[in-house]
Amino acid sequence: MAIEARLRVRRYDPESGGEPYYQEYETSVPEWGTVLDALIQIREEQDGTLTLRCSCRSAICGSCAMKVNGESALACKTKLVDIAPDGETVTVEPMGNQPIVRDLVVDMQPFWDKVRAVQPYLQPDGPPESGREYLAPNDAMQHLSGVMNCIMCGACVSECTVLEVDDKFLGPAALAKAYRFAADPRDDKTQERLVDLFDMDGGMWDCTHCFECVQVCPKGVEPMERIVKLREMAMDAGLEDHNGVRHSKTFADSVEHSGWLNESQLAVGSFKLTNVKDQLGNMPVALRMLMSGKMPNPIHRPIPSVREVRRVFDETERQHQQQVAESTSQKEA
Amino acid sequence: MITHDVLVIGAGLAGLRAALEAQWQGADVAIITKVHPVRSHSNAAQGGVNAALEAGDSWESHAYDTVKGSDYLGDQDAIEICVREAPQDIVELENMGVIFNRDETGKLGTRNFGGASFARTYFVADITGQAMLHVMYEQLMKEQVRVYEEWFLTDLVMEDGACVGVLALEIRSGRLELFRAKAVILCTGGLGRVFEPSTNALICTGDGMALAYRVGAPLMDMEMVQYHPTTLKSNGVLITEGARGEGAYLLNASGDRFMSYERYGATNAMELASRDVVSRAEQTEIDEGRGIDGCVLLDCRHLGDELIRTKLYQIWELALDIANVDLTKEPVPIRPGMHYQMGGIKTDVIGATSVPGLYAAGETACISLHGGNRLGANSLLETIVFGRRSGAAAAEYAAARDFAALSDAKLRDEDARIQQIMDRPANGERTAALRLEMGQAMDRHVGVFRDEAGLQEVVDVLQGLKERYKQLPVENRGKVFNLDLVFHLELEFMLDLAEVIAVSALDRRESRGAHSRTDYPERNDDEWLKHTLAAWSADGPQMSYLPVTITRWKPEARAY
Repeated sequence: MAIEARLRVRRYDPESGGEPYYQEYETSVPEWGTVLDALIQIREEQDGTLTLRCSCRSAICGSCAMKVNGESALACKTKLVDIAPDGETVTVEPMGNQPIVRDLVVDMQPFWDKVRAVQPYLQPDGPPESGREYLAPNDAMQHLSGVMNCIMCGACVSECTVLEVDDKFLGPAALAKAYRFAADPRDDKTQERLVDLFDMDGGMWDCTHCFECVQVCPKGVEPMERIVKLREMAMDAGLEDHNGVRHSKTFADSVEHSGWLNESQLAVGSFKLTNVKDQLGNMPVALRMLMSGKMPNPIHRPIPSVREVRRVFDETERQHQQQVAESTSQKEA
Repeated sequence: MITHDVLVIGAGLAGLRAALEAQWQGADVAIITKVHPVRSHSNAAQGGVNAALEAGDSWESHAYDTVKGSDYLGDQDAIEICVREAPQDIVELENMGVIFNRDETGKLGTRNFGGASFARTYFVADITGQAMLHVMYEQLMKEQVRVYEEWFLTDLVMEDGACVGVLALEIRSGRLELFRAKAVILCTGGLGRVFEPSTNALICTGDGMALAYRVGAPLMDMEMVQYHPTTLKSNGVLITEGARGEGAYLLNASGDRFMSYERYGATNAMELASRDVVSRAEQTEIDEGRGIDGCVLLDCRHLGDELIRTKLYQIWELALDIANVDLTKEPVPIRPGMHYQMGGIKTDVIGATSVPGLYAAGETACISLHGGNRLGANSLLETIVFGRRSGAAAAEYAAARDFAALSDAKLRDEDARIQQIMDRPANGERTAALRLEMGQAMDRHVGVFRDEAGLQEVVDVLQGLKERYKQLPVENRGKVFNLDLVFHLELEFMLDLAEVIAVSALDRRESRGAHSRTDYPERNDDEWLKHTLAAWSADGPQMSYLPVTITRWKPEARAY
């Protein structure tokens, strides 16, 4: 059984001098057909100027990330029957946050520059004395394979809401790659890596937890979760002097204490008390909130079941300590 | 003109490893590749990489399995070098950062694979190729090797019978450039797109093989095309042999494990016999009416959810995405599909071709490690062992030579040739349509089973396609990222290679390894224990022969 595919593709030809425009195509693909199958068919049978990258057709080469109905995805992994069961028009556009070269092809140089910036290679402390492999627990290797599953397609970067406003941010793919080495029991530069990413403008603290990268990653890498892990590793390694750390700690302290967030305290606690500039920087916002009646009540009372909340904290802390102990013993092994 | 001591063409595992080695040996090296290195097809190798590294295993055992797998067509000197050096290369990969599966003591763990008498396949779930390729690229970033990304090779530059450079098109700008080099290493991978369908990526168009053939380096054993036993029917995508390595069954329509049938000669190894044996058995089942809709079934259910989701998660996802089958709940229909070219540019054990200054490694080369049939997980091994060796050899060759004096005339001539193609008037013909005709004819008549009539028909079809190619226009007239032009140039490469494959297959009048002639069903060691060699001529491939190097394993009947 064949299905009719209707595609609305964003076109751009830098040689024409014209602006980008949308072009509609219709084609018929097999029932298991993907957006990529349709695009290839159009390219081969109707329009040889339609330009896109693609190669493996099985979600391993990472070439065909693009926006499908506004959300970044691998075209080869997006079945038409799932997104357009009744022959609806599917809109196909190039990835975001990256300069467009032609049609669906973007310039990934900035992407790779950021990957390079995290020293993306294992840095062990000399070769193993045995002349053989490094010993490593299989669990640690399997955990890393979840991150190594990243095929560098750029879908996460395309959707990153921080990159939209700050192109200095390393971005989800590069930071996930950084985590892959920081968490490798064979790597000897974990501390240096954490210090770099901790202090760096555009480093681990610039992610805003919007979850977009987790949602669109076609390989289940969960870049944001890896960034969160990097932060935890940094704090466990004793790195504290950062507004990000103060923000996290104030947030957690408030909830542990009262069972809910004390927003006024969070605004103050996220910056060093001696950091007069940033503290004063809060003032205009505070004033505007006051004027529009949005200022939180300064009297912040604990919720009735606050003990339950504290038990959650205790249990989380216990589990975390256990994990830290395990990963330390892995590093030593 | 751009100048480097050593140019590596292609950035899959063989190319990356060759470039690293050449750089470590002191050469000024650069890679030219038509796609970004991590997009290369080495990615798609799922199952693993072989080495006799475990206690109880031996290089002799690995060598014997490889020789037997090759149906005695592999050169035993090359095989011995490869399997003896394999353990150190695996350790090096691990030390570079590959996250190989471990056993409970933290050492490297292995899995079973087809045609192997010992569990010697090292793996990262079913993404071994990807895990290795990304790590090798990490090393390249670390060593800051120069990479010309998205440049397409249009020709090799020859001077006094030696290869002294290349001509390449920068895809992004459409600019043609002359590269001068003392040595060139071709690591351009396979030619799967000559067939339709194929497990291979769309970039696997045999560029290096065709270019080498054109400048006089002969292609060896090109009739030896591997059909992988487990590919998805819909679009030819690969399901790893690792599935059978972990214990999956092959079933026919009546639910029988047909590999147990006496006639297939694999009653011991069953599903884990070598690939040619299993593919023939499947095709026979299908042809004799015991298949289901042109397929047989791969059954993983008894392996359990846990194993499938940890060790075979990529294929679990692929089967779900493409075939709509949950491997934990039902068997998936599969069939033999074109997968790998055992033949290639004839090289010696350091990757040197018959053309001075021209080297080759990986699937593009024929050393011959695989002979008539490649064992699973020996191809990743080949890329790293012979990538390394060719990188070292090319660096050494380059160190002893000066650059050739090159004029820009070659660049002007090539520019004019391409412009002439771009200027062809539209005539209703399309590149993709010609390729499809070629691919389907190849799959129909140069597949698992072959005979003289079918092969002759393909040769005739190819003649017709070559004639039509001479007038084939390029629809896209632009300069920037003109892939339409790239596909057009690739098709010329593929038509040459298809012809070489078909003519070589016509020539070998016996059945050996992946080459099964229904009109010559027996292996014939008296007349055909030899390599076929195809050399370019204006009248088509000229065939000649080379003896097989046999050191200690004399040909025997093959049973699994």
